[in-house]
Amino acid sequence: MKLIIAAIKPFKLEEVREALTDIGVRGMMVSEIKGFGAQSGHTEIYRGAEYSVNFVPKVRLELVVSDEMADQVVDKIRDTAQTGKIGDGKIFTLDVSNAMRVRTGETGDDAL
Amino acid sequence: MKLNPLLPATLLALLPVTAVAQEITPATVPTDVVFILNSVLFLVGGFLVFWMAAGFAMLEAGLVRSKNVTMQLTKNVTLFSLAAIFYYLIGYQLMYPGDNWSITGYLGAFGPAVLEAVGLTQDKADAYDYASTGSDFFFQLMFCAATASIVSGALAERIKLWPFLIFTIILTAIIYPVQASWKWGGGFLEAMGFFDFAGSTIVHSVGGWAALTGALILGPRLGKYKGGRVNPVPGSNLALATLGTFILWLGWFGFNGGSQLAMGTIGDVADISRIFANTNSAAAGGAVATLILTQLLFKKPDLTMILNGALAGLVSITAEPLTPSLGQATLIGAIGGVIVVFAVPLLDRLKIDDVVGAIPVHLFAGIWGTLIVPFTNPEASFGTQIAAILIVGAFVTITSAIVWMVLKTTLGIRVDEEAEINGLDIAELGMEAYPEFSKT
Repeated sequence: MKLIIAAIKPFKLEEVREALTDIGVRGMMVSEIKGFGAQSGHTEIYRGAEYSVNFVPKVRLELVVSDEMADQVVDKIRDTAQTGKIGDGKIFTLDVSNAMRVRTGETGDDAL
Repeated sequence: MKLNPLLPATLLALLPVTAVAQEITPATVPTDVVFILNSVLFLVGGFLVFWMAAGFAMLEAGLVRSKNVTMQLTKNVTLFSLAAIFYYLIGYQLMYPGDNWSITGYLGAFGPAVLEAVGLTQDKADAYDYASTGSDFFFQLMFCAATASIVSGALAERIKLWPFLIFTIILTAIIYPVQASWKWGGGFLEAMGFFDFAGSTIVHSVGGWAALTGALILGPRLGKYKGGRVNPVPGSNLALATLGTFILWLGWFGFNGGSQLAMGTIGDVADISRIFANTNSAAAGGAVATLILTQLLFKKPDLTMILNGALAGLVSITAEPLTPSLGQATLIGAIGGVIVVFAVPLLDRLKIDDVVGAIPVHLFAGIWGTLIVPFTNPEASFGTQIAAILIVGAFVTITSAIVWMVLKTTLGIRVDEEAEINGLDIAELGMEAYPEFSKT
């Protein structure tokens, strides 16, 4: 099993969710976050005074999928969330040692 | 506004019934109808100017951070109420002493306001050829309270409640009425030929001078100018700030229209109509000027400045809303808006922290509006306008500075660092405006 963590532009969330459920993803965790990467913030002006926004709002997706699905999911997130402009985000893939469904006690791929 | 409600009727009839409403009506024969219509004008105008208190409250609630909203609302409702009490006890007679000046032309009478008896008849009226004293008191009181409202926004987010309210009492009982008597009470500025129809100087600049003096003595909010740069402190709710601006805009029709002071002839009613239309045009001019200018200068329009721009347009037209054409009124208001866009960053460069832009809007645009009166009204002169601006400015700055300094050395005017960081709502009131909002 793999844990896929993706930080994407917030306006792409709904599109990514649809694309992933279409290929069979059955669950994900979503949180609103702030951060910076290559984009490293930007400046705004309030009442004539410039100020820097160091942390840019992003959405973080976390989903655990079976090993064989992982590459497909990562590609799908990239295809859907990409705009080609700076600030599109990052995707990380980690190994997961186990999973358990709380209701039934199923483990491993069965729990996903 | 008018010269003076308590002059004997005969004397009033001799005056060119100008009051502030400059020339207009030939002295009409006093009738019940004129008395009634004039009184109705004051009452309806008074309702509208009263509603400006709500406008100030919403504007300020929207432009402070959420941790200071309850305090800002508390100040707005209590300053209005204190103004009502102290204008009654001291202010009204100081401003309109009639024949009872303590020092003729400079210092009015001392004593509380007294209304006409219940069930008034023609022969018992204080001024049968004018309006009821109750309507006049009610109308004038609202202007006094508006002056105090101007101060609270500039000093928001770091001033203690009680010293602020004590300043409000001195402002509404003494400082505002004394300088207003010089013009509207028939004092020496009136004799000089100073023109200020509804109070660009007498109301708005006075509030602005008091706010500027207070802001200098109080100092900026923590962190506003930290590191030698300007650190913006965005307001908590721009929807409320916009609502507040629209409420003020509405109230201004009563502020300027009511200051015609007469509605008993077709000439007066037509003039009131001109004033409404001009007042609206000036606000629009101010808003559009700031829309365009902030787009050009900052690459994005700044709503908070557009709101200030509309208000600056209103302040600019207040010294003379009658004589300009619609085009002139729009232009006068637009320049008021331009002043705001340059004055806000200027104050920041001088490290004068004005939370809501009260000083650019009320003081700078008030000076502009007063200066430009001779442009549309040939009876006014630039020299006299400038002299009156300087005299009123010096008087208000000096008296305000004394009061602020006395308060600073006795009670202290500023909350401590921890209270300022945690917010005045919790520190001074133990009550939050939005208790269910999460803090991030």
